[in-house]
Amino acid sequence: MGAEKGAEGNKGVEIRVRGQVQGVGFRPFVWHLARDMGLTGTVRNDAEGVLIQLFDGSEGFTDIFERRLRAELPPLARIDAVELCEIAGERAKTPKTFDIIASKDGAARTRVTPDAATCDHCLNEVRDANMRRHGYAFTNCTHCGPRFTIVTDLPYDRPKTTMAPFEMCPACRAEYEDPEDRRFHAQPIACPECGPKLWLEPATEGDPISETAKRLRAGEIVAIKGLGGFHLACDALNAEAVALLRRRKHRPAKPFALMGTLETIRHWCAVSEEEQALLEDPAAPIVLLEMHRPVGAKPHGIAPGQATLGWMLPYTPLHHLLIDAMGGPLVMTSGNLSGEPQVIGNAEARDKLAGFADAFLMHDREIARRLDDSVERITEHGPMVLRRARGRVPGTLPLPKGFEEAPQVVAYGGQMKGAICLLKDGQALLGHHLGELDEALTYEAFLKADADYAALFDHHPELIACDLHPEFRATLHAYARAEKEGQRVEEVQHHHAHLAACLGENLWPLEGGKVAGIVLDGLGLGTDGTVWGGEVLLGDYRGFTRKAWLKPAPLIGGDRAAKEPWRNALARLDQAGLSEWADELFADKPLAMARRAVEKGMNCPMSSSAGRLFDAVAACLGVCADGQSFEGEAAMRLEAMATQAPDMGVGFSLPLRDGELDPAPMFAELQGLRQHGQSLDRLAWMAHAGLSLGFAQEARRLVEAGEAQAVVLSGGCFQNALLLQLMAWHLGNTPILTHTKTPANDGGLALGQALIAAARHL
Amino acid sequence: MALRGDKVTLAHGGGGRAMRDLIEEVFTSVFEPESMEDQARLMSGALTEPGARLALTTDSFVVDPVEFPGGDIGKIAICGTVNDLAVGGATPLWLSAAFIIEEGTEIALLKRIVATMKVEAEKAGVKIVTGDTKVVGRGSADKVFVTTTGVGVIPPGRDLRAEAVQPGDVAIVNGVLGDHGAAILAARGDMALSTDIQSDCAGLGHLMAAVAAACPGLRCARDATRGGLASALNEIAESADVAVEIEETALPLRTEVKGMCEILGLDPLYLANEGTLVLFVPEEEAEAALAAMRSVPEGQGAVVIGRAKPKGQGPLVTMRTLFGGARIVDMLVGEQLPRIC
Ligand SMILES: [Fe+3]
Ligand SMILES: [Mg+2]
Ligand SMILES: [Zn+2]
Ligand SMILES: [Zn+2]
Repeated sequence: MGAEKGAEGNKGVEIRVRGQVQGVGFRPFVWHLARDMGLTGTVRNDAEGVLIQLFDGSEGFTDIFERRLRAELPPLARIDAVELCEIAGERAKTPKTFDIIASKDGAARTRVTPDAATCDHCLNEVRDANMRRHGYAFTNCTHCGPRFTIVTDLPYDRPKTTMAPFEMCPACRAEYEDPEDRRFHAQPIACPECGPKLWLEPATEGDPISETAKRLRAGEIVAIKGLGGFHLACDALNAEAVALLRRRKHRPAKPFALMGTLETIRHWCAVSEEEQALLEDPAAPIVLLEMHRPVGAKPHGIAPGQATLGWMLPYTPLHHLLIDAMGGPLVMTSGNLSGEPQVIGNAEARDKLAGFADAFLMHDREIARRLDDSVERITEHGPMVLRRARGRVPGTLPLPKGFEEAPQVVAYGGQMKGAICLLKDGQALLGHHLGELDEALTYEAFLKADADYAALFDHHPELIACDLHPEFRATLHAYARAEKEGQRVEEVQHHHAHLAACLGENLWPLEGGKVAGIVLDGLGLGTDGTVWGGEVLLGDYRGFTRKAWLKPAPLIGGDRAAKEPWRNALARLDQAGLSEWADELFADKPLAMARRAVEKGMNCPMSSSAGRLFDAVAACLGVCADGQSFEGEAAMRLEAMATQAPDMGVGFSLPLRDGELDPAPMFAELQGLRQHGQSLDRLAWMAHAGLSLGFAQEARRLVEAGEAQAVVLSGGCFQNALLLQLMAWHLGNTPILTHTKTPANDGGLALGQALIAAARHL
Repeated sequence: MALRGDKVTLAHGGGGRAMRDLIEEVFTSVFEPESMEDQARLMSGALTEPGARLALTTDSFVVDPVEFPGGDIGKIAICGTVNDLAVGGATPLWLSAAFIIEEGTEIALLKRIVATMKVEAEKAGVKIVTGDTKVVGRGSADKVFVTTTGVGVIPPGRDLRAEAVQPGDVAIVNGVLGDHGAAILAARGDMALSTDIQSDCAGLGHLMAAVAAACPGLRCARDATRGGLASALNEIAESADVAVEIEETALPLRTEVKGMCEILGLDPLYLANEGTLVLFVPEEEAEAALAAMRSVPEGQGAVVIGRAKPKGQGPLVTMRTLFGGARIVDMLVGEQLPRIC
């Protein structure tokens, strides 16, 4: 048959595929495709991805092959690049068959992919009484199932996962070895015969899932071992159970995540097409969805004061079976002591969650790596990532043009939302959300993640990047590592890093020119030693100048100001000459002492923080004035109020003078309107509108003057979808770059630090 | 003979009659050194015991304001030096005191300071045996700076060292935390509400003597002065190569201090103390240590606050918080900057 195809057919072609192409059923897919097209050759994994050799094609077969390769890709695969070259001479000996070549040990450094939600095929098997995996909670295949949460070492093979202790039964082994099978080389393959088992503690007769559902329906709280850690679950429709969970967790108001079917979700929230696609994404994140209005009595106590609910679909067979058995939605909040990371071990759970849970749904597959649920939402500007973890890591991001020769860099991020980032081979690996690094166990997780990602990425940094703040634990660690290993440390200003992170994920080229960065944030140390957080920066990866900023106000009591919004209101009202109003609003507060502290400069650093300005406005509207029970509560409630307001009229004024945007007039107008009985929702809206207009005008001016090519919107305040929307609106047709793949908050900081450090050496 | 005028002038530092009058009237008439030679010649039976060791320490004191609720710079100068000797296991015996005085300082103020020093020295059982004064121009000092040097004797066989702390050892403080720092801040800021916060400034010689007698296994003690308890614990943990975990609910804090810390956003773990120490004893001696401490006035509030643990790869000092998490208690790099983003 080869002879009939003539000279062209004897020519071989070698195709190099880069991207997420290992451990996702890519080789069997290529095998099927080649056989379908009557081609011979080979496919193999190697250090750079997948290498395919094809022979015996008819005229133009490579084009068709590449097109089908991209079009019919397995669900978890992602192609970043395809490179073709002809195979000449000796090497072009035509094989008779098409084969999958086993990766040689050591040669292939199979990358790990993110965990993926149960696929439809597997779900059908679990629900089909005639299948051998009927009702089996650990069913998976190459298109779904655990990955990063079970890997203990590389290469990604069953003995290097927490599935190692489970020996495959003959039936599973046959599937595992058959390229025709969906479970060909599915490392966590399992069945009721040979795989992990589920049980309930305290032990009960009967099926653990139905017993768990029974307890949940009775209003109990059950700790459930999931993919990346334990959850605490309760019946979301049972207000008493929700209240009980709040009491036990000492969590008065922070929203709980929910799990339910799409049908249930639609009952409570509006779900657009994009939102449905995000819910159904293999990453299965928690998606913030707007509640139907008016917000009724249900869901009671799930998300007090919020306009949105955080929903996720069941993402393991265990969750599907449980939701099926419940027939309704569950609260699924992370199982941890307040402030600590999520619990992952069985013994640890029994020890730490005993005070929270009435029962434990356990299994005997260990969790190798703690991963929280990712949190995302859809805005008018596309997806928004609030917390990047399970399902998203260790996914990589390509680097912008100009960074091809970037050295290997590790960046250690911020303090409150720890996450590290590695650069290597033109890619960035932004690690998972770790949490607040002042927490001892979280800091240990940070150290572990550092070692872990270095091993997984075979990473040997030449540069270490960190924040300017000398007391961030991440900064201290950067210097400690550099002292041991001898790398150079690059300190990066906090808001410059936010700007660069946004540039980077938008693939803004290294030589793409300067942009105007509106960075609205909690706070970060500035280059002048004061505390910044409401900035217009003009710059690129290499440097920046500070063009405008919120007029600084004292942070009364330093970090305490971030917890008690009245302090920020007091500072701003006094500054605006509205001290009498402050006396009235906060009569029960130690105002004299606070003012004395400001006067004497006792722990009252000046700050241009936009986050604290939102807190100040919130407090003036009676929102969380006394204190926030979780970070961002006041701002989130303010956003929720504003979204309920009729979106018309003008915002408060924020005049610019000598680079300073002065919010004093804003508070004067606020006071006037409040005393005239204007609705609080409307006032909240006007604050959003005024703040965005003030910043937008200055950024726009920089673009119109030709100083900047585009406007970047970054910093934690841009988790606020209304602020983002209004800012974009005020920017009109000015080109805008926003975060869609990485968090605008400090979870994305390390990416920016890494790029800036690299740029300084390019 | 009476000094002319009521303020110190540069003439008082000139080396002439004015200076001699100042020294006599303000200092030597109160301290009553045994000779007017410019050196003290000292002897004590404790010094000649075989195995005894001499302990020497020196400290300079600058505090604004120089008088504050619960004490003044003189009291801190005596207590601070006595405590430096005591926590090292020494019995304090003799002190020297040197004064740098700013032109224009009221002589009455100097007299009050010297009087407190006399009282505190007597309480601690130490003698002020020599000293010095200098006068500097306005703005070259802030009223008065005091430098004290102390000499003590460590009895044979006593060896308190931070390195001796082992996992399992119990950490005990003698009383409330942060009173001194809070009192100084309140005085400095004219905080109307906080007049009832007094400095904890006290000599701890007797307390240390009592504990040392009751606990042969006493590992070490450290006065939690500048940098507060947090710094003392970090220093000990670092020297001993152990971790230390303390309990938030066990920390003795006066309500007023707690309240003031909340308002000013300060962490009492970092506030200075002048009469508070932390010590480590083997678990089996903890009860004896507590009893010994409570037998003296300065130890009435003695409590266990935590214990040493084997060192992991993480931070050295942590604090179990009210709801169960563990917060890292770092040594401050510089001044405390806000971190919450
Ligand atoms: Fe930030
Ligand atoms: Mg000293
Ligand atoms: Zn599947
Ligand atoms: Zn099996």
